Amino acid sequence: MLPSTQQPVFDWTRALLWAVLIGLAAFFLAPLYVMLSTSLKTMDEIREGSLLALPHAISFEAWAKAWSTACTGTDCGGLAPFFMNSVKMVIPAVLVSTLLGAINGYVLTKWKFKGSDTLFALMLFGVFMPLQVILLPMSQILGYLGLASSIWGLVLVHLLCGLPSTTLFFRNYYAALPDELIKAAMLDGAGFWRIFWRIVLPLSTPILVVTLIWQFTQIWNDFLFGVVFSSTDSKPLTVGLNNLANTSSSVKEYNVDMAAAMIAGLPTLFVYIVAGKYFVRGLTAGAVKG
Amino acid sequence: MGALSIRQVRKSYGHTHILKSIDIEVEKGEFLILVGPSGCGKSTLLSMIAGLDTPTSGQIMLADRDVTYAPPKDRDIAMVFQSYALYPNMNVAENIAFGLEMRKVPKAEREAAVKRVAKMLQIEHLLDRKPGQLSGGQRQRVAMGRALSRNPALFLFDEPLSNLDAKLRVEMRAEIKLLHQRTKTTTVYVTHDQVEAMTLGDRIAVMRDGLVQQLGTPEDIYTRPANLFVAGFIGSPAMNTITAALGKNGLMAHGVQLPLADDDLAAIRTGQVSDVVYGLRPESLRFADTGLAGTLRMIEPTGPETYAYVDTAVGDLVVRVPGHVSQAVGDNVWLSWDTRTVHLFDAKTEARIVAA
Repeated sequence: MLPSTQQPVFDWTRALLWAVLIGLAAFFLAPLYVMLSTSLKTMDEIREGSLLALPHAISFEAWAKAWSTACTGTDCGGLAPFFMNSVKMVIPAVLVSTLLGAINGYVLTKWKFKGSDTLFALMLFGVFMPLQVILLPMSQILGYLGLASSIWGLVLVHLLCGLPSTTLFFRNYYAALPDELIKAAMLDGAGFWRIFWRIVLPLSTPILVVTLIWQFTQIWNDFLFGVVFSSTDSKPLTVGLNNLANTSSSVKEYNVDMAAAMIAGLPTLFVYIVAGKYFVRGLTAGAVKG
Repeated sequence: MGALSIRQVRKSYGHTHILKSIDIEVEKGEFLILVGPSGCGKSTLLSMIAGLDTPTSGQIMLADRDVTYAPPKDRDIAMVFQSYALYPNMNVAENIAFGLEMRKVPKAEREAAVKRVAKMLQIEHLLDRKPGQLSGGQRQRVAMGRALSRNPALFLFDEPLSNLDAKLRVEMRAEIKLLHQRTKTTTVYVTHDQVEAMTLGDRIAVMRDGLVQQLGTPEDIYTRPANLFVAGFIGSPAMNTITAALGKNGLMAHGVQLPLADDDLAAIRTGQVSDVVYGLRPESLRFADTGLAGTLRMIEPTGPETYAYVDTAVGDLVVRVPGHVSQAVGDNVWLSWDTRTVHLFDAKTEARIVAA
């Protein structure tokens, strides 16, 4: 650090560094800017002005239309029903897959049994498996279970496909938790579940946040399962957005498309902004022994 | 019948034998030490007493009840771990009360127990803090408080002082001893530190390679070590050992005749031992005007006493002298000792040769 009495000198390397960083930030933020500004313009303004220009007068008409009256195929109810479908799908799927991942991680590190390491290795395959592979067998299974084309079917698929990652996160986190803690609790008279609820889970905040964000983003943004395993009443927001943008009418309403895309992206953006610092903290937790 | 009986306990993983038939009886109120180098099986044995591990064969009895396969919570045992294992998400009071809560003790009683224990250990001012805000010594106290709060039938300590600095270790050692004098709870204490073993134990079990080498009072272990391993392990600086052979004129080592008491000589003769290890504690040796000649090679003053390393015809010998040493390094000195302080071992079996 410079002594405080010394005048700061202009530093070329530092200026270059700043220029590169600002340039890159602008590059990555540009699409978001275009989306936002376009969604706030009227169609006339879009036709006349340039892509990067700020809107003359801010108009929320496109947002309102995207939400409640835009046409997706033959149905003209906007994105609202799709948004609600996504919410109904994402909440149970995220909560249950995270909780099961935590329990799996707890068992695989603190209650090891014969073959538990092999089981974990097999679960890891799930993290790397291309999801297209499971489309056909899964639709058959959903059919047997009577869950085909329903939101609960989508919840089940996301839950199962999320388990390998959530288990991996929690297992690695709990591996760093001292075994003596569990032993002490056992001597204190606590059993499997009490140790989990009273000691292990309260110590899991960073990894809980990471897993919740991860699962939320994955499931909210999923398109493949949404388009394959849903029917008219159970389509998630990503499918709705696709249909909205692909519904051809006489004019292409860019402002409505952009507003719809913003609506689809806002929840994940919101989750990152609120819990982002936990995300970084949780990803690096355990890397350095505190 | 004791408070704790360990009967023919064995533990093997495939062909690796961690414990090879351990038999120990602990009386009610006794303080038993399990001591030995790392890998001797002492921690495994402690885990089995706690119920965190099960023996391959054998029996563990707690006050006449077979608990060999009972889960930890059904044993009425409390344990203090080397890492303390305090619950980081709970404050000190909650840590201490957790065991009681799990046993469905009413809240009022729990609070009374926390108060009693906190007073006993002088941690009343720390009750609202989290373990992360405590120093090593304070954590140690809380860990003991957690164990004490339940008034267990048996106390287990797994190297509880190893994580503390030297000064605190001595303080906490004294506190554990005082605590035991007050509560008289039967205790099993694992350590690799021979000073802890000697100062705390009513009896000590010295272990090596899954076997108890000797089980006895600290005095027994120190003055009558059962074999060469115990003799070398307990005592610092370690016992001086000289390998000698029995000749016509008595014990000879490197052409020097080693003095022997008559009954010791008789014991060697009747036992038909040819090669003998002749052991001398450093404090048995003293500087004299005659005796075994040697050269002073190094002096280690510790304050109250000084360790002098003397190069002699039979090898390097350590002498423990009260106060300081008047001789200088390089001086010629003579060592003498009382034949009654000599320890004799069979060089082949390493067992102590006992005079009739």
